Amino acid sequence: MTNKNGRFGIHGGQYIPETLMNAVIELEEAYNFYKNDKQFNDELTALFNDYAGRPSRLYYAEKMTADLGGAKIYLKREDLNHTGAHKINNVLGQALLAKKMGKTRLIAETGAGQHGVATATAAALMGMECVVFMGEEDTKRQALNVYRMRLLGSEVIPVKTGTATLKDAVSEAMREWTSRIDDTHYCLGSVMGPHPFPTIVRDFQSVISKEIKQQMLEKEGRLPDAVLACVGGGSNAIGSFYHFIEDKDVQLIGCEAAGRGIDTFETAATMNTGSLGIFHGMKSYFCQDKYGQIAPVYSISAGLDYPGVGPEHAYLHDIGRAQYVPVTDEEAVCAFEYLAKTEGIIPAIESAHAVAYAMKLAPTMSKDKIIVITVSGRGDKDCAAIARYRGEDIHE
Amino acid sequence: MSNINKAFANGKAFIPFITCGDPDLQTTLQAVKAAAENGADLIELGIPFSDPTAEGPVIQGANIRALNGGVTTDKIFDLVKEIRKEVFIPMVFMTYANVVFSYGAEKFISTCKEIGIDGLILPDLPYEEKDEFLPVCQKYGVDLISLIAPTSADRISMIAKEAEGFLYIVSSLGVTGTRSEIKTDLASIVKIVRENTNIPCAIGFGISTPEQAKKMSDIADGAIVGSAIIKIIEKYGKDSPKYVGEYVKSMKDAIR
Repeated sequence: MTNKNGRFGIHGGQYIPETLMNAVIELEEAYNFYKNDKQFNDELTALFNDYAGRPSRLYYAEKMTADLGGAKIYLKREDLNHTGAHKINNVLGQALLAKKMGKTRLIAETGAGQHGVATATAAALMGMECVVFMGEEDTKRQALNVYRMRLLGSEVIPVKTGTATLKDAVSEAMREWTSRIDDTHYCLGSVMGPHPFPTIVRDFQSVISKEIKQQMLEKEGRLPDAVLACVGGGSNAIGSFYHFIEDKDVQLIGCEAAGRGIDTFETAATMNTGSLGIFHGMKSYFCQDKYGQIAPVYSISAGLDYPGVGPEHAYLHDIGRAQYVPVTDEEAVCAFEYLAKTEGIIPAIESAHAVAYAMKLAPTMSKDKIIVITVSGRGDKDCAAIARYRGEDIHE
Repeated sequence: MSNINKAFANGKAFIPFITCGDPDLQTTLQAVKAAAENGADLIELGIPFSDPTAEGPVIQGANIRALNGGVTTDKIFDLVKEIRKEVFIPMVFMTYANVVFSYGAEKFISTCKEIGIDGLILPDLPYEEKDEFLPVCQKYGVDLISLIAPTSADRISMIAKEAEGFLYIVSSLGVTGTRSEIKTDLASIVKIVRENTNIPCAIGFGISTPEQAKKMSDIADGAIVGSAIIKIIEKYGKDSPKYVGEYVKSMKDAIR
C-alpha cells in the first residue's frame, strides 16, 4: 500500500523540518528491521496478550440487533483493552521499538487523553521518561486523564497556543522533538504525520482487523458486510479496515465528527468539509480556508477534534474503497446513551460516533447481513462531559 | 545568475526577517524600508501561517497577530508591490508549504516572480519533498532555498549540491527564538557546504546580538535574524520601524 517516501496515492510524504529528517529515516530503518524480527514480534505479542489483554472480544450485540431490526451487529471491544482504548496497541509497539533503538524518553500528543494515558502507561512499564503535550482546552475537558498520566509518572504540558486542542498538541510535540532527538522518540498517536508514522501506527493497529477477521470466521464462518469505526486522525479505523481492504465485498465506513453539523463552522469532518493540503508532515485532506490557514475545528469529542485525517484514509476515500460519513454531537451523544442502556456498554464518545451511524445503517440492511462496529474506547472519561451536555452540572 | 547573489556582494550579509502584517501591513512596509536603508542585504518576508511548527513563541505570536489583523496572501502580494517601489535589495518569502500549495503553486510562484520576490524558504519542505514546488520555481526563476540543520550530517553534501540562491544553515536544534549560546559546530558544517557548492550560506536561528552575528558571519557568508526583530516590533508596534532600522544598522555594522 505504501510506496516511495510513504505515499498513499498522492497523500502522505515527509513535509517536516530538515532537523527531523535523519530522525524519521532512522525510525524507518529501525522499523523495517524490527517488523520482521522474530524476537521483537514475540515480545510485542506477549505485551499485547499478557499486558493489554488481547485479543479483544468480538461481542454479538443481540439486544441492539433486535431493537434496530436489521443487520446483525457485532462490537469489537477495544474498550476492554488495558487503559481502556485501542491506543495501547500502537503505543506498546512504538515504545518497544523506541527502546530497541536506544531511546530513553517518549513524548506524545494527546486529545482526549487516551493516547497520553497509553503512552504514560508504556513508559512506566518500560522504565522510560515521558512527556505528554495536551491542549489546555482538553486538559479541562479531560481532567481525570491528566491526573492519570501524572499518576503514571508522566509530565503533562498544557499547550496554550492556537485553539489549545489536539492540533496544537501535535505542533508542540513536533517542536519539542526538533529540540531533543538523541534520546527521544515521538510516539505519535494516530495514522498521521510524516512517513513512516502512518505506516507504523497502522501496522500496530491492524491487529484489530486481523482479530475481527479470525473471530468473524469462527463465529459466522464468513466475513462481515460492513466494518464501522470513528475517524479523527484515523488509527482505530485503519486498524479495523486494514485486513479487509482487499476483501472488496466488505464495506468500510469511517465516521467523522460533524460537531454541530457539516453545514456549520463548528465541525471536524475533514473528508466531508476539507480540502487537499500539506500540514503536520503529510499531504492529505484538512479543514482550512482558501489561503491554507488551518481551521479551528470543533467536536464534542476531544479525540476527534482534529482538522486533518491520515493519508491512507485520504487515499481510500479517493479510490472509493472506504466511505466517510459525518455524525453530529447530538447523534453521538444519543448513541452513547443508547449503547449504555441497550447493551450495558458505555462507549467513548469518539466510538459513539460509529455506533450512531450503525444505528442508521443497520435498519436499512436485511437480517442476514452483518455489521462490525469497533468500540475504540470506553466512555468513563466522558460521563461528566455528557452529563453537562445534557444540562446536569456534575464534575469529576 | 540568481538575484540573491547581490545580497552577498557587500561583505557579509545581514538578513532580517519580518512577519508581514504584524501588527499591520503599513508598519511592515515602513519596517522593511527602514531595514533596507540601514544596511539589510536581503529581507525575509514571513507570510503568516496558523500553525507554524518550526517557530518558537515569539514568531508564533507574530503569526497570530498578523492573521488576527486580517492579513492574507493576496494582501501580502499587494504589500510587496508597494515595497518594491522603494526597496531594491533581494527579498524572499518565508512561509509554510500549505500556504503555497493552497494558493496553487503555479499561481503563487508566478506571482512571486511578477512582484519581485527572488526566493522561497519553506521550513517544512525538506530535500525529499522539494519536487512539490521545484519545477515551478525553476520555470519562473524563483530560488527554492534549502535548509541544513545541526542533525543533517550525511545529508549536507546531498542538499548543498542541489541548493539554489543561498543555503540557510539552522544554527541549533529546536525552533526559532533567541538563544544565549549557539553550541553547534557550524564551522564543520560550512566546510562540507563549501566543498559541495559555490552558493553563499547564511546562519539563522538563535542570533540576536551584534557579537553573535559577528561570530556567525565569520563562519558563514551572513547572519539571519528573526525573533529579535519581531520582539522589537511587538514592543513598539506602529512606532517600531525606527527601532528596527537602528537595530539593523547595529547588526550590519558588527559584521561589515
